[in-house]
Amino acid sequence: MSENVLKVEHVTMQFGGVVAVDNLNLEVNKGEIVSLIGPNGAGKTTAFNVITGVYPPTNGAVYFQGRKIVENHPQGKMRRQYLGENEGKYDHVIAPTPDRITKLGIARTFQNIRLFKSQTVFENILIAEHMRRTSNLFTATLHLNGTEERNMREEADRLLHILELDDVRNEMATSLPYGKQRRLEIARALATKPSLLLLDEPAAGMNPQETDELTAFIGRIRDDFHLTIFMIEHHMDLVMEISDRIYVLDFGKLISQGTPDVVQSDPRVISAYLGVQEDE
Amino acid sequence: MKKQTEAIISVALIAALLAVLFILERTIPSTSMLFTVLKKGAIYALVAVSMNLLNGFTGLFSLGQAGFMLVGAYTYGVLTIPVDQRPNVYMYYDGGMIQFALHPIAAIIIAGIIAGIFAYLIGLPVLRLKSDYLAIATLGFAEIIRAVFQWDKLGPLTNGSNLLRNYPSYKSVLFYFIAAGVCIALIVMLINSTYGRAFKAIRDDEVAAEAMGINLAHHKRIAFVVSSFFAGISGALLAMYQTSIQASMFKSAMTYEILLIVVIGGIGSITGSCISSFLFIILSEWLLRFLDSELVIGGFKVPLLRSGFRKVVFSIIIMIIVLFFRQGIMGTKEFSVRRIFNRITGRSRKSSEGRNGR
Ligand SMILES: Nc1ncnc2c1ncn2[C@@H]1O[C@H](COP(=O)(O)OP(=O)(O)O)[C@@H](O)[C@H]1O
Ligand SMILES: [Mg+2]
Repeated sequence: MSENVLKVEHVTMQFGGVVAVDNLNLEVNKGEIVSLIGPNGAGKTTAFNVITGVYPPTNGAVYFQGRKIVENHPQGKMRRQYLGENEGKYDHVIAPTPDRITKLGIARTFQNIRLFKSQTVFENILIAEHMRRTSNLFTATLHLNGTEERNMREEADRLLHILELDDVRNEMATSLPYGKQRRLEIARALATKPSLLLLDEPAAGMNPQETDELTAFIGRIRDDFHLTIFMIEHHMDLVMEISDRIYVLDFGKLISQGTPDVVQSDPRVISAYLGVQEDE
Repeated sequence: MKKQTEAIISVALIAALLAVLFILERTIPSTSMLFTVLKKGAIYALVAVSMNLLNGFTGLFSLGQAGFMLVGAYTYGVLTIPVDQRPNVYMYYDGGMIQFALHPIAAIIIAGIIAGIFAYLIGLPVLRLKSDYLAIATLGFAEIIRAVFQWDKLGPLTNGSNLLRNYPSYKSVLFYFIAAGVCIALIVMLINSTYGRAFKAIRDDEVAAEAMGINLAHHKRIAFVVSSFFAGISGALLAMYQTSIQASMFKSAMTYEILLIVVIGGIGSITGSCISSFLFIILSEWLLRFLDSELVIGGFKVPLLRSGFRKVVFSIIIMIIVLFFRQGIMGTKEFSVRRIFNRITGRSRKSSEGRNGR
């Protein structure tokens, strides 16, 4: 078995006439920080959504730690177009809901911060403990799960401490400054104890100083939590500094991949970012 | 204030309340409007809190409450009418098909369970719908239930469109307060448990909740079934309070009344729902009654005052609240011993007020 934690295989995602992701293939290896970059509307978030089960892909499969976790192939006319002579071979559909993906060990953040607005920082983190509960509706309602409840709270506090958020523990999540909200969202994802972390534009809207801090923070949690990180990001300084490898997406298609140096000097990437149409 | 002190004060307050009710019952004639208001207020408080669990704490906009109350009320009536009374009640159906009678308490619990089972079955298709569609579907369900329960073919069970009556009922206001109180306490405990936190996460952001490993379908179903369970119990209590019931009582207008109570009290506040339910009953049963009856002062007939005018006034109140007081009385806050204590002593709830804004 290879060392890859995440493998995306022939994934296509079509919304009506829009092909948001077009036959995407990529791998992320254990312990790596890999970035996915590309202009707005390139299909990066859509790729994350397919990996995390938000919607099943039109075609293709996703593997996590060597195990197939998502798979779908079109039916009817499109089937032949996508699968060719292998048409008969693929009839398996694996379409887990996002919560199942999270339980497998993939956590994510969102491009537009999605914190639990009416809740405190502590409560935002505490939610993650729910999926590991051993109590049921009755024991939890009757508060017979005192030990579990205490452990949940201790665990959440422990994480807050490690991530240096304990000073804002009782603040409402949405009252935090923007940079801290982003960090809280990452902390909340970490609370699910993932082995793969997907970050969707974690530095969006941050000033240079906050971006620098975030760069350090991401590197640090990768080491401390033994994570593999797959990240969508626009800040090139951050991407180039921190990434082991980079994939570049444009109009749903992979146009370049490799180490930061390779990608940086790839003419296709430069033209995609400058908005110049390629004449193929 | 210590948690223990708080608990002791709360228990003392509850005991005092029950004692006051006990004394009132022995000093004021039982026909007094006061007891109507108290009993009905307690029943509506329970159903309003059960609706708040869905609408306020899980973010599911459901309008099926009257339907589940109907199921509960009928379950109670059908299961408790004494065997010797059945030929009387089920006149047109040869005494009906059920020939036993359960203890009222057992029947109340079963009323909740049957309502919960209905909710489970309806929830399977309906809970996938998004907000407005969910409201429409649950409202439709309630109307269907109402029609089905009046269906002649089900007569041996439901007595068709005829009254269910002659079943036992507790008269004491204490019973209604204790029953509704225990149920509301259970709902509060659920909301304060890890499940309640999951509900609130779903309410705040479904997508994020799912990404935190919360199975949406499962938790929405739990909230829906539990809410309907307690709506069923409140239906049983209502049946008991009214001493006779008929499916045609449980119109969608009833659900709107409950929704109004929840909105006035504050969506997401349990104590708000309780307070506003008593306010609502006081207004509708007591103060605003006169709006529905014609009034002649010195030969002059006061305009507008006629049957149904009360509804118009209510509609206006609803509009005013929705337009100007969307937070309701309590917003999402709760009324508690600790809050009052802190208010009196001027202490702040937060230990750290220091905030660094951006
Ligand atoms: N749920 C959806 N329904 C329809 N179209 C969508 C949906 N999600 C994304 N798209 C479309 O897919 C394309 C890629 O979007 P997205 O993945 O968000 O881009 P990126 O994250 O790279 O900026 C866009 O054209 C967008 O309009
Ligand atoms: Mg995006």
